[in-house]
Amino acid sequence: MLRLVTRPALVIQPDFATEIAAAAKTPLERCIQCAKCSAGCPVGFAMDYLPNQIIHLVHLGLEDCALGSNSIWLCATCETCTTRCPMEVDLAAVMDALRQKARQKAGSRAGGKVGAFHDAFLASVKRFGRAHELSLVGELKLRTRDFFTDLGLGLKMFLKGKFGLLPQRIRGVKQVRGTFRH
Amino acid sequence: MAENTYSYYPGCSLHGTGKAYDLSARAVCRHLGIELRELQDWNCCGATSAHALDSWAAIALPGRNAAIAERAGLDVAVPCAACYSRQKTCEKALQEDQQARERLEKEMSFSYTGRARFKHLLEIIVKDYGLERLREKLTAPLTGVRAVGYYGCLLVRPPDVVGFDDPEDPRTLDDVILASGAELANWYAKTDCCGGSLALVRPDVCGQMVARILQQAKEAGADCIVVACPLCHSNLETRQPMASKLLRTDFEIPVLYFTEMLGLAMGLPPKRLGLNTHLISPRKILRRKPQAVGAAATVGGPAQRGPERQEEVAGEEEADG
Repeated sequence: MLRLVTRPALVIQPDFATEIAAAAKTPLERCIQCAKCSAGCPVGFAMDYLPNQIIHLVHLGLEDCALGSNSIWLCATCETCTTRCPMEVDLAAVMDALRQKARQKAGSRAGGKVGAFHDAFLASVKRFGRAHELSLVGELKLRTRDFFTDLGLGLKMFLKGKFGLLPQRIRGVKQVRGTFRH
Repeated sequence: MAENTYSYYPGCSLHGTGKAYDLSARAVCRHLGIELRELQDWNCCGATSAHALDSWAAIALPGRNAAIAERAGLDVAVPCAACYSRQKTCEKALQEDQQARERLEKEMSFSYTGRARFKHLLEIIVKDYGLERLREKLTAPLTGVRAVGYYGCLLVRPPDVVGFDDPEDPRTLDDVILASGAELANWYAKTDCCGGSLALVRPDVCGQMVARILQQAKEAGADCIVVACPLCHSNLETRQPMASKLLRTDFEIPVLYFTEMLGLAMGLPPKRLGLNTHLISPRKILRRKPQAVGAAATVGGPAQRGPERQEEVAGEEEADG
């Protein structure tokens, strides 16, 4: 269902489309708005702008609208859009480029809870070289200040031995940290 | 070196919530005579979070693993679909992007020859090892169990990165289900997304996506869902209560790793396969009594492919004669 969402102050950034096309390394100017991507998007039902509308926003240079959408953070990178696009536009890569641009402009505030999850995940990777689930969840709860969601589920999983208690730090953790510094 | 020797990249999940996948994968491979050698000091592939926020780390993290694999010199078995997707994306970059390859070779101190290819465990068992050889080892068929194969996203999409199977109607898990003697139910949610990393932070969205998949499985009359990814497994299991509430029903559908299904069909003890760690008990599968094929065919849902497919297979075997 297409919903018309209005936003105040439409500011056009003329270089936005070329910038995102270059970052995503994909010819998004080829989009013909067939909306096949949106038809197949499994998270479309929860998005404020559907995938084809996001591409349209990029074409039009409406940077604030695109970067302020919840779509780019709800995108689960399932690659359905990329696989089906008849013009071979890699939408999943466009979504990645938009997320990174949003972070570039607004810092870690961009992305809300979803962004906080990614931060917690990568924090664990930087600390141990691997994602340690227990400490990841702990860090996520601290960042979102949401301690009670899934508490019962977490306990059940813990009792089933699903969480490795002790994190293992790999020897090459410095090299892993190096991949984030550039 | 034995032809059935592979490097093994378990990924972070298999050391945690995906423990059953690790246990069953190792047990099944041991039984098949496939040797798995865990990569030395492997690191996280970066999963979704890396490519969402940092495009260089998204390539360099799997790049470090590629360097380790290169030194080990063997093809790498990867059980997790997300890790597989990330490693294949990196592999593509190493093969097609000269700038990326030079930078990775410099930063990870290695020379890429491409001799160590990353392969999903499903591909190794079904394609490399082969269904015919596999069937010979499956001496305890899961007769009377009706299963659907759930592929999810990253195992089959996009085809130019991962594609060892069709992105819209894949068949490799279906082949595993049939080989294990279970009945294959045809359904529409084969490649629908489970919500992936949205599970913890947007359970409201993820729950709806999981509900859709479970409803399809129920309508196909499935006793269980067979998967090839620890995150899909986790989402389909942990969000069942929420999905039940959303659709005002009571889903109680066990989710099995394909290696657990194969392990059971090999007659391996359930505990060795990690089946005791499931949140949705698979005891219904373990206690199932064989049913006549005719009786099962009347269970509601889309036309089942099981009996026809089995006849096809029988036909091929006769032709080989």
